[in-house]
Amino acid sequence: MTLVILQTVVLLAVSPFIVGLIRKVKATLQCRRGASTAQPYYDLFKLFQKDVVVSSNASWIFTATPYILFASTLAASLLVPLFVSKVPLSFAGDIITVVYLLALGTFFLILAGLDTGSAFGGMGSSREAIVASLTEPAMILSIFAVGLTAGSTNLSTIVHKTALLEGIVTDPPPHLMALAALFIVTLAETGRVPVDNPATHLELTMIHEAMVLEYSGRYLALIEWASALKLLLFLTLLSNVFAPWGIATAPDPIWMTLGLAVWLIKVSGLAVLVGVIESMFAKLRLFRVTDLLGVAFILSLLALIFFYTLRG
Amino acid sequence: MIQLAFLIGLTGYSLGILLPLLARRRPAIQNMTAHGAALLGAVGGIGVGAAGLTAEVPYHVSLPSSLPLLNYSIRLDPLAAFFVLLISLCGAAVAVYALGYVREFYGRYSIGALGSLFNAFLLSMTLVVLADDGFFFLLVWELMSLASYFLVVTEHDKADVRHAGFFYLIMTHVGTAFILVTFLVFFDASGSFSFEAFRHPARPLPEGMRTLAFLMALIGFGAKAGIVPLHVWLPYAHPAAPSHVSSLLSGVMIKTAIYGLVRVYFDFFGGAFPWWWGFIVLTVGALSALLGVMYALMEHDLKSLLAYHSVENIGIILLGIGAGMIFQSYGLASLAALGLLAGLYHTINHAVFKGLLFMGAGALLSATHTRNMEEYGGLIRKMPWTAFFFLIGSVSISALPPSNGFVSEWLIFQSLFLSFQIPDILMKIMLPIGASMLALTGVLALACFAKAFGISFLAMPRSRHAKEAREVSPAMRLGMGGMALLCVALGLAPMLVVPAIDRITAPLTGVSIAGDLLSKGGLALTPVMGEEFSSVSTPTLGVLLAVITPVALLGSVILGGTLRKRIYKTWGCGLNLTSRMEYTAIAFVQPIKRVFSTIYQPTVKLETEFLQESRYFTKHRSFEVHIEPVFQKYLYDPVVTFTLAIADRLRVIQAGSLHLYLTYIFITLVLLLLITG
Repeated sequence: MTLVILQTVVLLAVSPFIVGLIRKVKATLQCRRGASTAQPYYDLFKLFQKDVVVSSNASWIFTATPYILFASTLAASLLVPLFVSKVPLSFAGDIITVVYLLALGTFFLILAGLDTGSAFGGMGSSREAIVASLTEPAMILSIFAVGLTAGSTNLSTIVHKTALLEGIVTDPPPHLMALAALFIVTLAETGRVPVDNPATHLELTMIHEAMVLEYSGRYLALIEWASALKLLLFLTLLSNVFAPWGIATAPDPIWMTLGLAVWLIKVSGLAVLVGVIESMFAKLRLFRVTDLLGVAFILSLLALIFFYTLRG
Repeated sequence: MIQLAFLIGLTGYSLGILLPLLARRRPAIQNMTAHGAALLGAVGGIGVGAAGLTAEVPYHVSLPSSLPLLNYSIRLDPLAAFFVLLISLCGAAVAVYALGYVREFYGRYSIGALGSLFNAFLLSMTLVVLADDGFFFLLVWELMSLASYFLVVTEHDKADVRHAGFFYLIMTHVGTAFILVTFLVFFDASGSFSFEAFRHPARPLPEGMRTLAFLMALIGFGAKAGIVPLHVWLPYAHPAAPSHVSSLLSGVMIKTAIYGLVRVYFDFFGGAFPWWWGFIVLTVGALSALLGVMYALMEHDLKSLLAYHSVENIGIILLGIGAGMIFQSYGLASLAALGLLAGLYHTINHAVFKGLLFMGAGALLSATHTRNMEEYGGLIRKMPWTAFFFLIGSVSISALPPSNGFVSEWLIFQSLFLSFQIPDILMKIMLPIGASMLALTGVLALACFAKAFGISFLAMPRSRHAKEAREVSPAMRLGMGGMALLCVALGLAPMLVVPAIDRITAPLTGVSIAGDLLSKGGLALTPVMGEEFSSVSTPTLGVLLAVITPVALLGSVILGGTLRKRIYKTWGCGLNLTSRMEYTAIAFVQPIKRVFSTIYQPTVKLETEFLQESRYFTKHRSFEVHIEPVFQKYLYDPVVTFTLAIADRLRVIQAGSLHLYLTYIFITLVLLLLITG
């Protein structure tokens, strides 16, 4: 129980920092000083205090969505090991559950986008639907390819066994392919360049931002926080599923502190990488995104086939 | 106990068949008697199902008949009991709903016939799963097909309804012919039509005959279930029927085909078959799931959309059953039980949420008098209850946690992933690919129901019909509410459902897995490999979501004080936003249509007429988009053309003269005597 609360606090506290860090990296690469990494915290705090404006067309779906999105994203994050390899709630769901919990949030966000009657919201919803449908098969398959080596789809088991190198027969090629696939999926799922641009406010190019265009005040704060959580969740998946070393394998305070530090370094490193990629690449046209996600799918499929063929 | 339940069920349905016909020209009384009696019958059916699932020994009754080879024999084993329960649960909810729904048919169509056939339909479906004799099975199967045909053509004054009914009639009879072949193969080996003899034939079936029986059963039952490419009748017939009947057709009737497949493969064949049988079932399932949802996305007629989703869900069920068959053929009994259990779990889930969604579509139809989604919009304010129930159905069919659809799809995912235990490398790789197809299907279904719910219920009304819509009658809401409650219960209480289904799979596969599957005192589901492998607990997830939401609410109040809300109109780029500026269903799925254009082969026609004075102003613009009906064009049309051509040739011998026909009979007789003599 304490571990669950501790994990919740850490997740909520760290996630805005990651967003701020990516922005800082981008600013540095653009030779700007940029806002401090604490800026997302100020933004959230300010948004919570502002009035909300709700469209006269909107129904209760619009008001309920921020809470549902926040709850489902946080619930999904609690199933992922952060700094302890065995999370207490791991019995509540495996990787498929994480994917489908995130889908629950996406479903309501799509509905909310349609709810105000604005064409921008509809456009965002429609695009989110296609991006989500192309990423999920790749995500399921790539995690499964990794799960095979640990003989489990339970995230805690995968992380724990990989961290201890316990009963793991691993070949680098399938692992690396699955990693590449999951990295592409991460960029797509969290609305990053080259799939979506979180900084854009040009309606025709945005996906996620268009869906939440009508949100303001504390609703927007919850949604922003949920997206930050989702980003952190994916970065954690990348670091802990593929390179869990350093994570605490037993709930012992000293190891947990160490695990926390290692985890922070790992996700920050990945955040820097995301920032660099965002600065180096242009956003793809929507119908080019399919090629990119197709690559992710093929990579994860190859990972699976290689896994079996290399083992003979 | 069982006898009493049987008696109640039979009395209910029989009264329901007879009484409405007696009260002529009194639609209100006909409605009450028909659906009241159906409710009684269904309650009896629920009793029968519950008793059958708990009974130690299958209940068996047999009555001789005056016809040779025919025995009116029924047997209530757990498999039959499960399907009786499914039929009766849906039947009860639909009967309540129908009390309100058929009111709009008063004075237009015969309520007596409608009500009477409704009862006959429910009774015949119940008998189909209870039948313990091949001949009797075919008899009630045919009765079920005919009753449903007449129900489909209720609105017989409409040409498209008649066409849909005709199409359905042909497809279902072709299917029955194939099932007949399966039964004849067994009859040939056992010398009897009794199912007991089918299980233990006097002489073993030769390999070729077994394969024949397998394929014929797949085609025959597949035509009823709507597997690709035999699904084409479904999107015509299901929407054409009155909505409460559609709800039974899609929710329940197609499940009798699943029953048939499980009965033949796991019971008659005793689970002894080569691996490629399972692989064929799995492939057919994956194909049906994916194509079903893809065509559903392009539908803007709400009921056709739901009908295509039935194709999808039958595919998902077959993915589970197919995986079970593959495991069975490699002797992995507990995994086979898992696959079969997952498939059957999805069967009852689909029956419940599809029944609910069709009732919701019926409510929209009766409130707006149109099935076209583009004319709905903003209905969540006019019809809050219907909207809420439809949302529950949508979340369930999109397999979002903690709904019932999620539980069964999760189990199917697990059984597909457990393929690494199979010694054959091809199957090791093919099953996870099936899982990725299921993942794609799942998200596309999510997109489709986001569209269906979003366009129908949210934003502004898109037509006058939607503006003037009103909430439907209490009876209809009660029917939908009951189904919605079942949806939630099936999702949050898998610890009650799993042991019940385990009673079916245990005798069929030889192992009971309920103990392995439930851990933490029933709180979590763990697929036979133990908690280390993976587990899910929908009650925990439900609690987690239910705790975080109010905490988030409280947290926002702490951080920002009480909510200050301003209601203002949506920004429309400086214009007044009208419903014509809203995103439409066609626009919503346009990216998907473009990405998967190889499958859809869409043709788009855009015609613009400009003002004479200036080409900067348009006078009129028309936009049409069509999806190529690939299966109709390349598979069915050639068959139809060929049949018509043959018929044309044969016209020569059909001169219409009685003498000529008598001569034909004489010649045939002589020929037959020559052959046999």
